[in-house]
Amino acid sequence: MASGSGPGVNDFALKVGTVNGTGSASANGLLLQALFRMGIPVSGKNVFPSNIQGLPTWYEIRVNRNGHTARSPDFQLVVAMNPQSYVRDIEEVASGGWILYDSSRELDDQLRREDVTFLGVPLAEMCVEHFEGARTRILMKNIAYVGALVSLLDIDMDVVKGMLEETFAKKPHLIDANLKAIELGARYAAEHFDCPLPIRLEAMDATKECVMVTGNQAAGLGCLYAGATVGAWYPITPSTSLMDSFTEFCHRFRVDPETGRKRFCIIQAEDELAAAGMVIGASWMGARAFTPTSGPGISLMSEFIGLAYYAEIPSVFFDVQRTGPSTGMPTRTQQGDILLCAYASHGDTKHICLYPANPKECFEFAVAAFDLAERFQTPVFVLSDLDIGMNDWMVPKLEWDDAYVPDRGKVLSASEIEEAESFYRYLDVDGDHIPYRTLPGVHPKGAYFTRGSGHDKYGRYTEGSDEYVEVVDRLRDKVDSAGDRVPQPEVFGERALTEGGTRYGLISLGGCHWAVLEAREDLAARGVELDYLRVRGFPFCGDVEAFLEHHERIFVVEQNRDEQLRRLLLMETACPKEKLESITYYGGQPLSKGHVLDGLAAHVGLAEAAAP
Amino acid sequence: MSYIEKPVARHPGMRTNALGLTPRDYEGSMSTLCAGCGHDSVTAALIQAFFELDVEPHRVAKLSGIGCSSKTPTYFVSQAHGFNSVHGRMPSIAAGANAANRDLLYVGISGDGDSLSIGLGQFLHAVRRNVNMLYVLENNGVYGLTKGQFSASADVGSKSKRGEVNRQGPIDPVDVALTLGASFVARSFSGDKDQLVPILEAGLRHEGFAFVDVISPCVTFNDHVGSTKSYAYTRTHMHEVVETDFVPIMAEITTRYAEGTVRAVTMHDGSSIRLRKVDEAYDPTDRAAVVDFLAAARERDEIATGLLYLGEAGEDMHAFSETVETPLVDVPFGELCPGAAALDEIQKAWR
Repeated sequence: MASGSGPGVNDFALKVGTVNGTGSASANGLLLQALFRMGIPVSGKNVFPSNIQGLPTWYEIRVNRNGHTARSPDFQLVVAMNPQSYVRDIEEVASGGWILYDSSRELDDQLRREDVTFLGVPLAEMCVEHFEGARTRILMKNIAYVGALVSLLDIDMDVVKGMLEETFAKKPHLIDANLKAIELGARYAAEHFDCPLPIRLEAMDATKECVMVTGNQAAGLGCLYAGATVGAWYPITPSTSLMDSFTEFCHRFRVDPETGRKRFCIIQAEDELAAAGMVIGASWMGARAFTPTSGPGISLMSEFIGLAYYAEIPSVFFDVQRTGPSTGMPTRTQQGDILLCAYASHGDTKHICLYPANPKECFEFAVAAFDLAERFQTPVFVLSDLDIGMNDWMVPKLEWDDAYVPDRGKVLSASEIEEAESFYRYLDVDGDHIPYRTLPGVHPKGAYFTRGSGHDKYGRYTEGSDEYVEVVDRLRDKVDSAGDRVPQPEVFGERALTEGGTRYGLISLGGCHWAVLEAREDLAARGVELDYLRVRGFPFCGDVEAFLEHHERIFVVEQNRDEQLRRLLLMETACPKEKLESITYYGGQPLSKGHVLDGLAAHVGLAEAAAP
Repeated sequence: MSYIEKPVARHPGMRTNALGLTPRDYEGSMSTLCAGCGHDSVTAALIQAFFELDVEPHRVAKLSGIGCSSKTPTYFVSQAHGFNSVHGRMPSIAAGANAANRDLLYVGISGDGDSLSIGLGQFLHAVRRNVNMLYVLENNGVYGLTKGQFSASADVGSKSKRGEVNRQGPIDPVDVALTLGASFVARSFSGDKDQLVPILEAGLRHEGFAFVDVISPCVTFNDHVGSTKSYAYTRTHMHEVVETDFVPIMAEITTRYAEGTVRAVTMHDGSSIRLRKVDEAYDPTDRAAVVDFLAAARERDEIATGLLYLGEAGEDMHAFSETVETPLVDVPFGELCPGAAALDEIQKAWR
């Protein structure tokens, strides 16, 4: 797969610093997609403020011919378009790297660095000269830096042209304007600099079977495919685009062509409490219903989550995690809700959680979440995060099996109710801890009273100790039994689950995965082999226990301060405390391999880790 | 409260409705509320309303929050699914349930603590969302289960059992519902079944959010001298401004009102509500005038009762959402999932 050319070819990271609200998102999207279409593995990370217009915003692009897509903070090239952030942006470029800036305004000498090359392009001047109107000039300035990069990095101009034609198919005058801006930048760079730079692109064939998509788009699509009909939500960053995606696809695929009526109902609730209530109400009726939210929403929904747990109502919650606690940093990522979701609500509760690592898994786990929720009649959480949810990820194409049948769980039909001698909602008839369920409106004999107050196995109100205990014990066993049905861990290392594996091991989850994989590959190149297990679901299954058992020390890599996955493993497995050590990063950026390597080095020398 | 099992008593001569069911078939389990509680009278009125409307019991969904009032759904229509949810959050459960299955008859039972304090937000948004349901607020001005604290509907000057006088202004749910555009707003009294039953029947048949505030005295904590939500106070201060009668579709139109003063409003299913103004000046279809009238009545310490406002139901939650007629729970999976070929097509845009 690797290209044969020099070290900078198809292997570098660049960062664009702009002002938000100026149209730079389209320019950066264009750039990312162009590289993807050239067949080169690429990833984009949007680092944006909680603001609509005027504050600094950044877009990071990593090109990696080996397919690594984790964030890389080693920027060889910085496109500095925002004087507000010049100081920081110029500081961040790696020694020997390049800074592309708008030379319409003289750069302050104090900002200059000797160890990097400054590439000044008079973008604003060019745009003032060639375009009319303040807004157009600002927008085109952003397109023009993409043009400069076309020459500097050797981006395929035909690909760029093709994309502009597709994007503006309905507004041909915009194709011309954008193309003109691209050409202005490209020509200037070609005439004034030694193009292409040593860091440059060469077309590859590595993305053909992939798509470029965000986790929220994919999760919203997963809800569509799972057959969800009711979505209730309260807008919150970074989960909003999940409902946007569901809405868009529903409008495309769920509108009756004859009547224009919709086979879905999306309710923008007054708050997250209500959103959770609506999901529970709809699920009680037998619909597949969900709500997308983030940590603050889960906090508010917690009372209802306990109700759904105790009254055994299937319900699906997407927690697109952001940096907490409290409002925290709403536009930065974190895995800070692992413990919150595992035990949300007062009293004894425990919930099924799924941890997707990329948008493809967001799609797959969305479908799995509805199946699990209905099978186990309980809340299910899908925990992605801002990085997975909102950034563009290159992932293998999503797949769908038309033979898929939703698992509606143990729901009695009208005829089954009719024929049944008796029906008691919370009775463990089959000995699998899962009772039978009836839906309202189906049959008079199926009626029962759903309540969050104490109830016995017959569904009757109770304040009796034994009757209460009998039901909550079954609930415990029921949720625990889901461990074998949640997505099973991904295991790396031939003997990772038995005797004879590596001495030390790594465990992580979610979006950490890509940095861990890259770190592992680096270590392997240095002769250090480490078994690795990526947890994909909670409750933990036997493989997790086996992995913990068969390694002397295990490093748990996660993105929160409080070692939440480590604590969860300690609480929920037989693993002794001293075996598990943490490698945490929680500053709000996606994890990089450096975090993993540094963390490992801090715990054990790499030489020690290499010992058999 | 009663502590014996409810006896099953079927009198051979008991009247039956069009479905062949007796009023017994619309009852629930034995009430555990205090003897004399207003809420039990509301329950009895609901049972009568369901019976008289020939409602199929299992096509009813009854919901509530938390509190004395919220216990009552267990006391009627035992063959209907019930949901006793969490405090103040019944409206969101009802909205979600209705979104999923629009064909059931939804009844929400709430109280003044449940709807006007902890759940005020959800109550307001249920009105605004125009969820198709009957929403009964059993209003006694007091928290019963926690032993007698004032609720947000307690009037200024009303005295608690411990002698404390309430000085904070009340939230009048009727006023709130009217202001937010509810199309069916009534106030009644648990002690006046003749008035309450037709109002509940009309509310059940109303398409859209039907709100009924029922003054329902708490015999244990708020039925003393000095309380403005006691039986005695309510009886002496209530003033019926509109008499209501509900006429089912097939029923012969017989009215106890004098011709000429009656206004008939036809419902979507062909049944009708007949309103007779007791107060000459009162117009139950003029929202602004009703709001003014009620404000003036309050000034006179008068509790205006009856079907106070009835307007066009307007668009309900499903109309806003343009949902299909078929309940979403009945739409087959094949019509929901676009399948593998469509997925390929979708992903072309992600290249």
